[in-house]
Amino acid sequence: MAAITTAPGYHEEVDPNASYLENKKGLLSWLFTLDHKRIGVMYLLSVIIAFTLGGLFALLMRAELLTRGRTLMDADTYNKMFSLHGVIMVFLFLIPAIPASLGNILLPIQLGAKDVAFPRLNLLSYYIYVFGACFGIYSMIHGGVDTGWTFYTPYSTSDPAHGGVGSSSAVIPMTLAVLVLGFSSVLTGVNFIATIHKMRAPGLSWRRLSLFAWSLYATAIIQILATPVLAITFLLLTLERFLGIGIFDPRLGGDPVLYQHFFWFYSHPAVYIMIVPGMGIVSDLIATFSRREPFGYMAIAMSSIALALLGFLVWGHHLFVAGMSEYATMVFSALTFLVAIPSGVKVFNWIATLYKGSISLQSPMLWALSFIFLFTIGGLTGLFLGMLAVDVHLHDTYFVVAHFHYVMVGGTVMGFFGGLHYWWPKFTGRLYDEKWAVAGWFFVFVGFNVTFLVQFLLGSRGMPRRYYDYLPQYESLHQISTVGSWILGLGFLILAAMFVRSLFSGKPAPRNPWGSAAYEWLTPSPPPTFNFAKDPVFERGPYDYQVATDEELYDGFDDPLFPEKGVAEGEARA
Amino acid sequence: MSMEATAAEHDGYARPKWLAHHFYTPAQQFNTAKLGMWLFIAQEILFFGALFVAYGVYRNWYPEMFKLASHQLDKTLGAANTLVLLFSSLMAALAVSAAQKGKRMATGTYLLVTIACACVFLAIKFVEYKHKVDLGLLPGTHFEPNLPHGVPSLPANSGSFFALYFLMTGLHALHVLVGIGVLTWIWIRNLRGAFSKENYTAVFVAALYWHFVDIVWIYLFPALYLI
Repeated sequence: MAAITTAPGYHEEVDPNASYLENKKGLLSWLFTLDHKRIGVMYLLSVIIAFTLGGLFALLMRAELLTRGRTLMDADTYNKMFSLHGVIMVFLFLIPAIPASLGNILLPIQLGAKDVAFPRLNLLSYYIYVFGACFGIYSMIHGGVDTGWTFYTPYSTSDPAHGGVGSSSAVIPMTLAVLVLGFSSVLTGVNFIATIHKMRAPGLSWRRLSLFAWSLYATAIIQILATPVLAITFLLLTLERFLGIGIFDPRLGGDPVLYQHFFWFYSHPAVYIMIVPGMGIVSDLIATFSRREPFGYMAIAMSSIALALLGFLVWGHHLFVAGMSEYATMVFSALTFLVAIPSGVKVFNWIATLYKGSISLQSPMLWALSFIFLFTIGGLTGLFLGMLAVDVHLHDTYFVVAHFHYVMVGGTVMGFFGGLHYWWPKFTGRLYDEKWAVAGWFFVFVGFNVTFLVQFLLGSRGMPRRYYDYLPQYESLHQISTVGSWILGLGFLILAAMFVRSLFSGKPAPRNPWGSAAYEWLTPSPPPTFNFAKDPVFERGPYDYQVATDEELYDGFDDPLFPEKGVAEGEARA
Repeated sequence: MSMEATAAEHDGYARPKWLAHHFYTPAQQFNTAKLGMWLFIAQEILFFGALFVAYGVYRNWYPEMFKLASHQLDKTLGAANTLVLLFSSLMAALAVSAAQKGKRMATGTYLLVTIACACVFLAIKFVEYKHKVDLGLLPGTHFEPNLPHGVPSLPANSGSFFALYFLMTGLHALHVLVGIGVLTWIWIRNLRGAFSKENYTAVFVAALYWHFVDIVWIYLFPALYLI
């Protein structure tokens, strides 16, 4: 396969002690790199651009809803705003956000490996992502999509040029974008499973695998098994639109409900592609900032796998009102409740880890605690929607919007930013300003809740999602939500400024600024190209605080309680 | 925590040139590549799986239409193609076996026969497709069945069957095409002497992919032509 023909002499070209950022210079050394850390950094930059773009669309959409009737844009533009927000956030940000960026950078280091199993495949996956994004941009320039991120047929397959109602022709480049992005996701999944199985350093048994790595493993299972179904669905959709082959369009003997089954067979498991890696990050954060082994390590690890598998059995709960046999709906409803078990296992184990832990409330930990709080709300409201009778009332209302934003933003985005703060010193070699980090977190946390908590109320009172206009009784709640979106935007702006400042004028980061026992903190910040100066052999787990030596746990800062000791040790180890 | 170098440290013994920088041993490299291909095959199964589901759903709804429409397919050519692919799979297996023994000439010959079989398969498929298109069975807006006299006419919705037929066999043919590309690349590398008794990973992995492509056809043939 791809990795086998790596040019001989690669070893000799690389200085084993120089950091991965300094080993080779120039733009081309980045664009053609096989180093997982550099590929991860390129991914990180790309998903942050996508996040910004998706966020801008969200702000515009919320601004339109500030007043009744027309505020900023006409109804068609509004439809495009929420569709583009959804498509970009889901396919360009949430899906690759954690595995392909932070996972790419961290996974091989946490395994003590020099690289992922297939470095060329890894680079290929990045370029497929870029290629897919180009399709998406093309679609946006040529009018954008107004179908929502779900591309439901027959609306998406009807061409208004042939008379009647239909979506703009830019929907096809967008579905092709998603199809292409899917291949990138699959290749990442293949790479990660092979890496976790075959690339672990000596001494790294499955029981010593970090919980982040476990979560990436579970995610990769979903990426491999679910994504191809989406690819084939969008291929069918494209052919239906161009050729009228009669698979999804009832006028041609097709079935639109089959489209929904296919779409959600991918897109429900995709929810776990988004959330499970976030859970993995939170597990690592809770352990580090409680200074103890995670309570129920194996239970947390296995609940990731359980989520990956159960995620395949519950897609029908998106179709409760679409027309399914009532026996099928009952089975899907019951299976949906089962998802609460592994989710609950995780939340309880995190809390049990905090109990009597030596907790430090540094910025990454704030994101982790926010994750637990918000994900719990998101998860519990998911149970409301999984109930057949309640779902009939809440289906396609703002309640659903609020629910999945509590899971996707309250979960994935909190996990992503927690991980970004936590590992930032490791892969940039720079510290950031803790005060600004906390300020940014505060605005994001408050802004998020102001924006979305009221949407539960809106939804339960009957406000349908995706509507351009609303009745007078919803006005004040919509206005609160829009103001919340500004606070949220301000929070992210502060964080962006803080990170950019850190890149240019941040203090050099010590090897282990958080005093963690995990493996990635044993190597310098930023790590050398082959991750460790010498091939590591692990004799303890990544959470074994009782076994780790003082030297390994030393955070590199002066100790305010013992100034003379801290300075002395700092000098000794500088 | 010990950070000592292990026995597999790259300076410790001569690393073969074909061993990638991030692997400790040739066995690790071989097993990783093998696992990677199996995982890729897993995604391929789901890729075709969705189409098989669509096939099952529509067959269940319109059994009569499916029966009539499937009679339009040429069972003899389909069976011939099945034999061609099965034979090519045998050749691919023999190529791997020859590569494992370090027999470069034999590996090359077996690979060539495999590639030739794949081309024969595509040629027969082309003849079948052309015949269908001539009969106006290409699904979609151009679907106008124009069957010879004496053949019962097809129901109006039989376009769905032919949509699935063209899509499933078409995607399979695309995989055959990719297979031809991969096997040719392997054949060229074999010619250049890239493989040996110790290093036959690429031959093995390519053959694994080829067997998968054959197996898909083993399911497509009865589903579309026979039942």
